[in-house]
This record gives sequence, C-alpha cells and structure tokens, in this order.
Amino acid sequence: MKHFNTSIKHIRRTPYQALIAVCIMSLTFLMVSFFAFMVFGSSVVINYFESKPQVTAFFRDEAKPEEIDVLKQNLQHTGKVSKIKYVSKQEALQIYKEQNKNDPLLLDLVTEDILPSSLEISTANIADMGAISDMLKNSPSVSEVIYQKDVVSTLSKWTNAIRLVGIVLISILVLVSVFIMMTVIGFKVSQKREEIEIMKLLSATNWYIRWPFVMEGVIYGVTGTLVGWIIASGALLIATPFLESFLKGIPLLPVSPLFLFGLLAVELLIAAGLGVLASSLAVLRYLK
Amino acid sequence: MINLQNVTKKFGVGSTALEDVSFVVNPGEFVFVTGPSGSGKTTLFRLLIKEMAPSSGSIHIGEWDIVNLPKDKIPHLRQKIGVVFQDLKLLKDQTIFENVLFPLEVAGSSERRAKEKVDEILQLVGIAEHSAKFPVQLSGGELQRAAIARALAFSPEILLADEPTGNLDDHTASEIVKLLQKINETGTTILMATHDTDIVNRLMKRVITLEKGKLIRDESKKKKE
Repeated sequence: MKHFNTSIKHIRRTPYQALIAVCIMSLTFLMVSFFAFMVFGSSVVINYFESKPQVTAFFRDEAKPEEIDVLKQNLQHTGKVSKIKYVSKQEALQIYKEQNKNDPLLLDLVTEDILPSSLEISTANIADMGAISDMLKNSPSVSEVIYQKDVVSTLSKWTNAIRLVGIVLISILVLVSVFIMMTVIGFKVSQKREEIEIMKLLSATNWYIRWPFVMEGVIYGVTGTLVGWIIASGALLIATPFLESFLKGIPLLPVSPLFLFGLLAVELLIAAGLGVLASSLAVLRYLK
Repeated sequence: MINLQNVTKKFGVGSTALEDVSFVVNPGEFVFVTGPSGSGKTTLFRLLIKEMAPSSGSIHIGEWDIVNLPKDKIPHLRQKIGVVFQDLKLLKDQTIFENVLFPLEVAGSSERRAKEKVDEILQLVGIAEHSAKFPVQLSGGELQRAAIARALAFSPEILLADEPTGNLDDHTASEIVKLLQKINETGTTILMATHDTDIVNRLMKRVITLEKGKLIRDESKKKKE
C-alpha cells in the first residue's frame, strides 16, 4: 500500500507524462479489443458458413422422385456426406414465404411451380465438396449446383489478411507503448537520482526503491486498458443494431457480456505484464 | 567496537584519501575526528557505512567484517550506524516527520510504533514543533537537529556526525554538541568529524587527527588541573 501511494504521488506530480503513457496504452488496447472482436466475429461467421449445407443441387422440373432417391443413395454411399436434406417445391415456397413475409408483392408473384426442388448436402470434410459437386453436376436431373466453398475461402482469405495486418499493427503499438512507458519512468528515476541515493544510504534495499516505479508501470497499463476496452466495447454496443441487420441469421450479435469481461481480464493481465516489463527495464537501466 | 587496521583508500590515479589508518573505538566512546578539509574525514565515514570499499586494510564493526560484507547485508549495517551527513541529505519533498519516519518505514517497522518513535526522537532533539514543516522552512540549526533525529531512528549503536556544526553560529553549534553529548550518555558511540578547534578543546574527549589521509595524532584530552 505504501508503494502504491508513492506511485500515485509520482503520477500526480507529473500528470502530463502520465497522460502520455495512459494514452498510448489506451490506443494499444483499443486496437487489441477491436482485433479480438474481429477474430472472434470472423471465426463465428466462417463456422456459420461452414456448418451450412455446403452444396445445393437444384433439380429440373422434370426430374422424377425415383431419380432423386437414387442420387441421394449414391451420395450417401460415398461416405463423404455428413448431412443430406431434400427440399421439395412446397418446402421451398415455405422458406421463400418466411424470408419475404414483409413484402406481399413478392409473395404474390411466386408460386411453387417457379421454385425448384433441391438437395442440401453437407460434407464432413471441406475437401470433399468438389467431388460431391462434380457427382451432382453429372446427374441428368440436376439443373444447377452451387456450393459455398467460394464464400468460405474468400472470407478466410480476407480474415487471414486482416489478422496479419492486426498482429503487425498491435506488435508495433505494443513496442511503442513499452518504449514510451520506459522513457517516462526512466525520466522519473533519473529525476529522483539524488533522492534514491539518500534512500540507499538510509538502508533502503534496491527493491524498496524499485517497487513504486514498477507499480507505476502497472497503473499506466491497467488504466490504459480500461479506457481502451470501454471505448471498444461502447463502439461495439452502438454498432450492434447496424451489424445485426448486416449479419442477418448469423448467431453472433449481441456479443455476450461474458466474452467482453473475459477479454477485459485477459487484457488487464497483458497490460499489467507490459507495465512491469517497461518499468523493470527502466529501473534496471537507470537504477543499477 | 570499531576496529580499523591499515586502511588505505585510493581514488583513480595517484589520489590517496586515506593512508594506512589504524585505530580502535570502544563502545560508548565520544571521538572527534579532526583535520583540515580534504584530510579524509568524510572518506573515513563513507568507508564505515560501506558506501565505498577500502583499497586495502580491514574494517570491523562489532562482529561484522565490513570489507567482505555481502551486498544484501549493507542495509542492515546502515541500520546499526546512524549518519548525520555533511550535506544533511534530507528529502526535500517530505516533512521533517516523514524524513525521520523514512528509515523506519524502509525497515518495515509497524506504523504505530514507528510514529511513536519519531515523536519521541523529535522531542529529544528539540524540534517537535517543526515536525509538519518541510526542510526548506527550517533554519540551519533546526535542519541539523532534523538530520540527527533521522540518524537516531534505529537507536543506532554508533552515530557518525560529519561536520554537524559546519555552518552554524557558535551558540547553535554548542547546542548541537550538547545534544550529541546527551545521546552519547545513553550509550551510543559517537564519531564526530569537525575542524572547529574550540569545540574540540572545550569537550576534552578523544581526538583523532588526520592530515592528507594519514592519522597523525590520536590522543585523549585531559582537563587541566
């Protein structure tokens, strides 16, 4: 407690330096929070698409139910299919009605004759999608085959690129914030050189002298994280209604408070660690 | 007991601060260390608290071999020896009370007991009424008393006072010396560095005289019959 009070006194006496240290930590952890949202969000989105029926085959109107059954059995015999579902014309109309229940004009125009019946097939392994798709295309009753491999792979490419940029950006910010905290604390140590000499002569151990500086680093880290996390979480909450309409059907929003507080706990730990690292480097450099 | 044998301290090339100094100080003694500026008085004190190590020779304080004292034992040594520094070394941004409390805080004394002790010491040195003031608000004599108070925080066995009367008027200087005598009467060994011959002659105590780093005289003054 005594060391904590000393740290607070150090901070109070040099408020602008403290502000710089807190600002850079806030910026760093704002980025970390956004990055975490993105990584979490993109993995949910990709999982969603991956778990959706991955190959959909639409049948010609003249396709006979027996032909469809044979195709279904053939597919199941490959052993590559994890789930297979037949959607009849009537069911297709039901789905269409459900999706467009707010638009009576669209409902009036469509009857079940227009909509094709289809098979929705999930594979256990994404790599098998190509083979299944080829098999379907070769069947004379199938008019069109679509599958979401393209969606998933495009999405994966994008998220991997964003992850890479995020990691590079965060690494730079972490380095900069450690250097800034090191400079701020190192400056204070050198400013107090005379006082530190006196403390040593009065039997203070090195750690007695170092503790308040180390704690100062932790205070900067923790305060910065709180600010960064509050801004990021606030922004997410504000953006939730907009994102919800954009990500219709994907079970991502609203983000659970458990995730947000878990993120805060992890960030606080990292920030405290960075604070200790920066201040230890400063005191070890200036206080041999 | 302080025991120095053949202690030499050299700085850099050619500069010798102390040369082959040997003497013994018994517990409870009051010893003046005199000599002109640059004679090695302060160096001697700095060696005793292991602020620096001698180039050669041995220093023992009680059972402790100061020359070979491990680094982690230095704080313990400095609790055993109170020092009144020539430049006082009071912490400017702390009150007199906090300055005296500081060594006790460092040693981890309980807050209540430490505060009682500080009150007691400030009373003893006669500056209790200035306890809430900062060093810059005190006169030279009062600052000396504050420095002495801080040196007494641990009830040390030995008190080293480096020129404690240096910049003081005669009256204040003699008050400070009286205070040191009072402390000596409680059993504390006192080594006082000074070049004030008046004080030395008046007190009739043992005098160790240094000149250019050499011990040139070690005598106990006797009162003239």
